[in-house]
Amino acid sequence: MIHPSDAPAPLVQVRGLRTRLGGKVIFDGLDLEVARGSVTAVMGPSGTGKTTLLRHLTGQLRPAAGSVRVDGREVAGLSRRGLFELRERIGFLFQNSALLTDFSVFENVAFPLRQHTRLPEELLRDIVLTKLQAVGLRGAANLMPSELSGGMARRVALARAIVFDPMLILYDEPFVGLDPIALNQVLRLIRTLNQTLGITSILVAHELAAIRQVADRIYLIAGGRLVAEGAPDELAHRDSPWTRQFFGGEADGPVPFHYPAPDYARQLGLAGRRP
Amino acid sequence: MSSDLRHNWLVRGVAAVGECGLFFVAVAGAVPKSLRYWRELCRQIWFVGAMSLVIVMTCGLFVGMVLALQLYFTLSIFGGTAALGTVVALSLFRELGPVVTALLVAGRAGTAVTAEIGLMRATDQLDAISMMAVDPLAYVASPRFLAGVIAMPLLACVFNAMGIFGGHLVGVTWLGLDNGTFWGNMTSTVDLYRDILDGLYKSIVFGGVVSLIAVFQGYTAPPTSEGVAYSTTRTVVFSSIVVLAFDFVMTAFMT
Repeated sequence: MIHPSDAPAPLVQVRGLRTRLGGKVIFDGLDLEVARGSVTAVMGPSGTGKTTLLRHLTGQLRPAAGSVRVDGREVAGLSRRGLFELRERIGFLFQNSALLTDFSVFENVAFPLRQHTRLPEELLRDIVLTKLQAVGLRGAANLMPSELSGGMARRVALARAIVFDPMLILYDEPFVGLDPIALNQVLRLIRTLNQTLGITSILVAHELAAIRQVADRIYLIAGGRLVAEGAPDELAHRDSPWTRQFFGGEADGPVPFHYPAPDYARQLGLAGRRP
Repeated sequence: MSSDLRHNWLVRGVAAVGECGLFFVAVAGAVPKSLRYWRELCRQIWFVGAMSLVIVMTCGLFVGMVLALQLYFTLSIFGGTAALGTVVALSLFRELGPVVTALLVAGRAGTAVTAEIGLMRATDQLDAISMMAVDPLAYVASPRFLAGVIAMPLLACVFNAMGIFGGHLVGVTWLGLDNGTFWGNMTSTVDLYRDILDGLYKSIVFGGVVSLIAVFQGYTAPPTSEGVAYSTTRTVVFSSIVVLAFDFVMTAFMT
């Protein structure tokens, strides 16, 4: 039996995170931990700050208050050089792929390797083709980003995110635009990277069925706070208003479906009329 | 800062100039690191310089032709047509070459740089570069800035050469001015340091100003199609105003 004090320190630790963007409170005391070697899903209603959380982990945003630690280092306290050193060890899959439009698929995946290593061209080519093979796009190596579909661009971005075999991969909506075959392969790839290389993964996604196949733990965020956490199966069956509404897809519940608006009948000019 | 003050156009203008100044410091600071990306620098010099050659050469030719035509008839009033070559060359070297080239480059390459960087911002490419632990200032901004500084004086030289060729076409070939007088007066009057190098210094400064404005506008463009369009327009407007203002100040100091 592993004593709690012997357990490895979590790779990601967020404590009391408070964030305001454009006068709107995004996080109001968020706490969460991500264990090393785990696959963790962050879920929540749209606009709840899931992508913002990823931007905190990479130092793209600084918190108004609270602590964000990655691999034991306080991200907000890192110098520019320290931040870039940390980012070399993090892969990031952007929501809209963010491929460099001047470069071919091959050069997009090769870009981090060319910038940070002096690998011989043959070895670099082998690594890039291996990653493209993993996402099923080795044959598309010479295409330009403008020639790819949305799902293909996402898979190229995934190949680029994993090209360094980083310690942590952040996936922002990795399943959007993927057909069932590609979705299954991407799920298998995430799991394989996790099991064979021990890469920690954090996924921001809405596809519960896909997440249940791959995630060890789910964090449910709403209203700037963590409202539920647990293993996928346990959370999906938990009887709380948050999980019931979110996993059941119900309009009524603690998360309002409608954006705040004046009275509907009054706005339509129907108030006071008889049916 | 109160809301009224924040919406004051003067305050916003001064704040934007300050922001651009800080951006310049950051871009200049990233120049040594950007030399590592020399391929990108060469690509940008090709884009700003070589790809602008056609418009610069064509405009230089016509500016020289118009200049010679106008000056010939003005000088003929005073019986001074022999000075045509000198006046055409001095006008080009000192003023028209650097200024018109800068305006042309702002319109052709500056707008393209702004739109490119603005779209890179809108499609998260700048964030992606940063997330791959590459400094976007060193990889994207500095090479484009340096390319403008390097390409502008070279383009101004081409503009001047084409302008003199155009002046020769009109003055000598068309209007019948003596070829020896045209070249002889020009070469004996135009001074390498006072005229040609001063014009080149202006071009270098204009290259820096135009490319800084183009890169800054792209970097700070709102990530929408409308935002990129406005920033592209601002590049041309601000570049034109600043180039002409700097031209006056530099001329005042150089003469």
